[in-house]
Amino acid sequence: MTTPGRGSFRRTPGRKVDEVRRMLDAPHPPAPPDLAERAMERGKRLLRRRRLLHAALWTLLGVAAAAGTVLAVHYWPQPTVIAPPMRGW
Amino acid sequence: MRERRRACEFEAFTAGAAGRLLHVATLLAGDPAEGERLLVTALARTYADWFRLRGEDPYARTSQELAAAFSRRAWHYRRPRGGLLDRLPPRERLVLVLRMYEGVAEEQAAAQLGLPTERLRALCMHAVATMRSTPGSTGSGSAGGAR
Repeated sequence: MTTPGRGSFRRTPGRKVDEVRRMLDAPHPPAPPDLAERAMERGKRLLRRRRLLHAALWTLLGVAAAAGTVLAVHYWPQPTVIAPPMRGW
Repeated sequence: MRERRRACEFEAFTAGAAGRLLHVATLLAGDPAEGERLLVTALARTYADWFRLRGEDPYARTSQELAAAFSRRAWHYRRPRGGLLDRLPPRERLVLVLRMYEGVAEEQAAAQLGLPTERLRALCMHAVATMRSTPGSTGSGSAGGAR
């Protein structure tokens, strides 16, 4: 490969790049009118799925916390109360 | 209420930007129908994240989503499907479009694609050389012979 644009201070070979840029800048047809509608429908589905996942995760967290509390209360070691020996009978 | 605002703002944005975005998607995918599919995927994500943009340009975000969606499915696009950049492999196509059409800065494009800057530059130069050596490219009279 030749070193392009030796005299210039541009990092990329200017002329070639401009040519390719022009090539890419070709006229393009307008977008179909229902494109936004379709994207929105899909975006709504995405949002719904995301919210569902969030709700499920929060529910799971809540259930886990409740179960943890119940188990802790149930199995908490009770302080053993030793009755004093009865005397004076 | 919030959803209405989202829809209104999104519609206004799409009305202005869809043409250019569709062109980008078609350049990447090769075939217009496939480009449209790619763009709908990217726009749907922009719609879902609309209130999380926090001042970021929705066009830039959609363009990033487009590039990400294309990268994810690069294997799908490995075979030529027609279009202007038919001769380039998917990654070079993406680099060329980001750098030359979207005008993304070198460092930013490299970060976006997870490539070292030198590698990105090499890919871009190679893509430019390939495009110029392609016979029958549109509107370039002086392209013959030069590499």
